[in-house]
Amino acid sequence: MHPTPTATDPLLRVRDLRVSFPLDEGTVRAVDGVSFDVFPGQVVGIVGESGCGKSVTMRAILQLIDPPGRVTSGEILYRQGTEPIDLVRLPPRGREMRALRGAEIALIPQEPMAAFSPVHTVGAQIIEAIMLHARQDGRKIGREQARAMTLDLFRDVGISMAAQRIDAYSWQLSGGLRQRAMIAMALSCKPRLLIADEPTTAIDVTTQAQILALLRELQHKYQMAVIFITHDLGVIARMANYVVVMYLGRVMEEGPVDDIFHAPLHPYTRALLRSIPSLKTETRTALPVIAGTLPHPFNRPPGCPFHPRCEDMLPKHCATAVPALHELGPRRSVSCFLHSDLAEPA
Amino acid sequence: MTAPLLEVRGLRKFFPIAKGLLHRVSGHVRAVDDVSFVVREGEALGLVGESGCGKTTTARCILRAIRPTAGEVLYRMRDDRVVDLAPMSEADLVPLREDIQMIFQDPFGSLNPRMTLFDNVGEPLLVHGMSSRRARLDRVAEMLGLVGLRPEFMHRYPHAFSGGQRQRIGIARALVTGPRLVVADEPVSALDVSVQAQVLNLLLELQSRLRLTFLFVAHDLSVVRHICDRVAVMYVGQLVELATTEAIFRRPRHPYTAALMRAVPVPDPRVAGDDGILPGEVPSPASPPSGCYFHPRCVFAEERCRREAPALREVTQGHFALCHFAAELDLACASHV
Repeated sequence: MHPTPTATDPLLRVRDLRVSFPLDEGTVRAVDGVSFDVFPGQVVGIVGESGCGKSVTMRAILQLIDPPGRVTSGEILYRQGTEPIDLVRLPPRGREMRALRGAEIALIPQEPMAAFSPVHTVGAQIIEAIMLHARQDGRKIGREQARAMTLDLFRDVGISMAAQRIDAYSWQLSGGLRQRAMIAMALSCKPRLLIADEPTTAIDVTTQAQILALLRELQHKYQMAVIFITHDLGVIARMANYVVVMYLGRVMEEGPVDDIFHAPLHPYTRALLRSIPSLKTETRTALPVIAGTLPHPFNRPPGCPFHPRCEDMLPKHCATAVPALHELGPRRSVSCFLHSDLAEPA
Repeated sequence: MTAPLLEVRGLRKFFPIAKGLLHRVSGHVRAVDDVSFVVREGEALGLVGESGCGKTTTARCILRAIRPTAGEVLYRMRDDRVVDLAPMSEADLVPLREDIQMIFQDPFGSLNPRMTLFDNVGEPLLVHGMSSRRARLDRVAEMLGLVGLRPEFMHRYPHAFSGGQRQRIGIARALVTGPRLVVADEPVSALDVSVQAQVLNLLLELQSRLRLTFLFVAHDLSVVRHICDRVAVMYVGQLVELATTEAIFRRPRHPYTAALMRAVPVPDPRVAGDDGILPGEVPSPASPPSGCYFHPRCVFAEERCRREAPALREVTQGHFALCHFAAELDLACASHV
């Protein structure tokens, strides 16, 4: 199996990642300087609203950016063995990237209905993945053995009557079972890094509670690192050890989950937390809102992307300069002029 | 207590299941199965449940987008006459459509992309006989102002607007005829968190300003708690609990309601959340379990629940639950929504 990493080395380091999409109407800078670390066995939650770049960041890690989009700069350092490899430099369709994708870094997509092929049974698709990755590793796993492994996985993810469900088509399964089968597929090669992209968004709340509990249990059992992408702050609070808050392609702040929810620093995080209805909010009264709307991607504001909607905007700084992600302590950073030493504006 | 604006009595909607080459009916999906409730004038009633529970079908029966299989939908008109919408013909319903309007979930799919805001929002006025373009322009401008959009936007097309702005346009269209009852089907679930709060605030403000009555269909309990006076919970086509928002969140009487509340992830990492997760899945309304539909997933289920279907009964004043043990169960600490 994989060598045991020391707890102090990150498994994945994303450094100043930039992804843009040159389109006819202009260039969309979907990810505009994102940095974060993922440590082995830890769950990093990436939270943000639509257009914040959370899904594009995930696709960049897997080298699945659709043209004309491309990574323009930055590094994605993945530690395999002792030497980190920069995924950005690997050809997306090359042998090395294909061997990593699925085997080392697996994905649970948002819509399991769209992710499974409707004309093959779910079992056949998982068996194929197991055999393919074994072949890439130079091992040989027969169909019977792969089938037995798939049945074990089905039991692991709580699919009852596994022997029958393995020969079912995805459209014969309920939403919850389909997502469980998807999780089984993602875990089939024992990945070290699992990326879950809004895995419960299309699912009802009671099923969501089951799936979240299952993911926590499996994460613990397999000691995987997980990147959990969601717009739901409740889901983040339940799942993540460490949280990255994104807005318009940039990291607003990052830190341990308790700090983000109980001592948020960035005005965006604070406003976001205030705007969700909860037990603490008075019913039938106006909720505190974030003024204005998300800017159109072609129309990014200059300076800090959040400044036009920010209550604490510093007119001299925020509209003209982009605040850097400023490290305040170990694994606690914020990109806001309120929390960094201000240079005199030019 | 204000008079009921709408009373639903014994509402049923069954969809036939067609099988084989000849499309012979082999059974029915009992999407809505004997549902009764009252919507009082000026209140916001939340209709809550998971997918397939029949909440949207109930709403569509009330709007008469579909014809109920059985039951009555009694609507009290402006002159206090009560009419049953259920058996009415399309033609007879037309004048009533001014009064009962709908806000849709999907702000992208519910507006015609080839029509300007003026045409999208103004069309209901044209249908209801406002033929003067001048008058319609004035009314649409007024409505756009009311929902927080600039009246100058009137001649633009929907693609120029964000999800939140489009939902405002959808609200303007629903309110343009001056309705009394507004059915809102998941009006904020497709919106981003920061925009959701803006739209919820707008709905609350419009409700008090225009004295609207809301039937608010939603799956998000924290949103329902924020906006509704009373909450009705549905499970597999049945109404399982109905009470004031305050009462239902303080002490739910049906184990399903309690489980639903516990399942909502709380935005606070200090709240542990994995206890009491509901096992199993929602049964199909085509072949529901025997007795109480919830018994296979209920931790309190006894032999009686397997055999005997419970009746909806009033546990305390105005608090109804469909459970044999509603009065005895102590589910008080269940909710942290």
